[in-house]
Amino acid sequence: MADQFDLECRNVVKKFDDFTAVDDISLAIPKGSFFSILGPSGCGKTTLLRMLAGFQAPTSGDILIKGASVLGVPPNRRPVNMVFQHLALFPMMNVAENVAYGLKRRGVNKATIAQKVNETLARVGLPDSGPKQISQLSGGQKQRIAIARCLVLDPAVLLLDEPLGALDLKLREHMKVELKQLQHEIGTTFVYITHDQSEALVMSDQVAVMNAGRFEQVGAPQDLYYNPQTAFVAGFVGESNRWHGVVGGGNEHQVEINLAAGGKVVAKRDANAALKDGQAVDVFVRPEAIAIDGEGAVDNTLSAKVENVLFNGAASSLQVRETTTGHEMTVALPQTGAFASVKAGDNINLSWSFEQTRCFAASDSGATA
Amino acid sequence: MSNGTSVKGGGTFCFGLLLLAFPLLLWLFLLVVLPHIDLFLVSMRERISYGKYEFSLINYIEFFSEPLYWNTYVRTAVMSIFATFLTLVIGFPVSYYIAKFMRGKGKNVLFLMCLIPFWVSELVRTFGWMILLRESGVVSNFLQWSGIADGPVEMLYNDATIMVGLVYTSMLFMIVPLVSVLDSLDDSLIEAGYDLGGNGFTVTRDIVIPHAMPGIASGCIVVFMLTLGNYLTPNLLGGKDSLWFTEQIYTQFITRFNWESGSAFGFLLLVLSSLIVWVGLKLSKQTLSETVG
Repeated sequence: MADQFDLECRNVVKKFDDFTAVDDISLAIPKGSFFSILGPSGCGKTTLLRMLAGFQAPTSGDILIKGASVLGVPPNRRPVNMVFQHLALFPMMNVAENVAYGLKRRGVNKATIAQKVNETLARVGLPDSGPKQISQLSGGQKQRIAIARCLVLDPAVLLLDEPLGALDLKLREHMKVELKQLQHEIGTTFVYITHDQSEALVMSDQVAVMNAGRFEQVGAPQDLYYNPQTAFVAGFVGESNRWHGVVGGGNEHQVEINLAAGGKVVAKRDANAALKDGQAVDVFVRPEAIAIDGEGAVDNTLSAKVENVLFNGAASSLQVRETTTGHEMTVALPQTGAFASVKAGDNINLSWSFEQTRCFAASDSGATA
Repeated sequence: MSNGTSVKGGGTFCFGLLLLAFPLLLWLFLLVVLPHIDLFLVSMRERISYGKYEFSLINYIEFFSEPLYWNTYVRTAVMSIFATFLTLVIGFPVSYYIAKFMRGKGKNVLFLMCLIPFWVSELVRTFGWMILLRESGVVSNFLQWSGIADGPVEMLYNDATIMVGLVYTSMLFMIVPLVSVLDSLDDSLIEAGYDLGGNGFTVTRDIVIPHAMPGIASGCIVVFMLTLGNYLTPNLLGGKDSLWFTEQIYTQFITRFNWESGSAFGFLLLVLSSLIVWVGLKLSKQTLSETVG
């Protein structure tokens, strides 16, 4: 059972004096998967990763790699390697020496080292860069060398600490796809931490959304996006329009909510969350779930005035203000040509189905993502 | 025509630069170049009689033919290299601790504690050592009181004491460049070294020391030059037997009033320090500009 998982955490807790950075986290990562930990800065994800790498010891709980506990095993003896946030390539060595560093420490003979280094450099698509200095590499190349330096050691798990953070947007988009492909080819388990939801959603098989030291939800990217389990996940993953309101009736499928600002929306009733009448809730609707001047579903309708057209190619949207309550909303603007004439100041009708409306019991923690 | 104006413009620029650099050039010329030219000229002459001099290499020949001078010269060089090495070996862990383990206030306090001894003059510090180490000094009395030694113990006037004094005097000049160079080493490089399988020794050898090399080189150069040219410490702590080359120069100038020979010795000391620094830079594959910059 245990050896199906490359990495397991059991009730891991890390406290710094009074502050609990990681609060009772358990996870199990299957062999060969791409696992992301997504959370805002300061949520404890770096601390968790450093505990996996061995730079910090958990206050309590257990960490298992390939079924064996690694508590008390120093970082240089753990079968995990880490790609650092700023890559931490050794500037005093050239590319080949950087990649060979770990093998040398293991006492591998020179011929094998040379062969493995060449193989690994070829695998990351930089076959002839061995004699280059680190300063001669571009950002994307450095990235690949940092990964090659770890992969050459055949780690059970590769830990990546926001390695794309320092790259410019275009390169980051490119590296996302490349990293996913690379992971798919080599089949090593990747644990990737990031605060960028798009990185996590695009690359991962499984994403854990972390907030204030705890996992809010673990699941496939689609799952997190379409079936968020908590208000934090609904607000943090993807764009959402959000209201505060009070439950005011409904039936077994749907909940009616009286919004604080006035008006009423109907949301899907989540079987797991028992909401009582009069309970304060947060309501979330994705911008792309809202139809403009549409027929379709009419569970929720309202009229609004366009304040701004935010043109961004396929990701264009409208900023609108609801006529009755003055609540600001974002609505996706499909670039099909049908809405090409919409401009600021127009009055439009918005509608969406209750199934695409989520509501969660209002909580103070993490309500501002 | 345009060529002419540009030349003229260049000329003005050059003049401006010259004017700005003038104090520096004056300083260099008057305080560095001129005395050394004179030193060299004085060293190349022989006194025939009162006010009569002749060109001669006799001062240099005398140096090489007299074993005492020659031995003192080599001994000073070897002791200075050893003192520099000791300072590095002691200073490196101290600097590493200050730069990498201390944060915020503690760092400043430790750094200040390295600096505090330098608030008093070297002479006073050296007399401090003498109070501790002399026959009737603090350490000797303590040893007798605790029963470890039967009679008074003289700890002054030997090479080990000179070494202690030299290392103590030079420590700050090693720690300052080392702390600043180690401060600039990204912690994640060290962590990456461990993560990829390195241990304390290999991480230090492959990552920390190569990174710190410019700081090590500049610290060593400063300490070596200070030690080689030191007069007070070897003289006071080593006594008559200290045989330090600067004392030899002092003797020539002041005691023997033989300026010609003293100049030659001074010049030889300059050659020695330049040579050893050059060899050190070659061996550590550093350049002077890198080390200073």
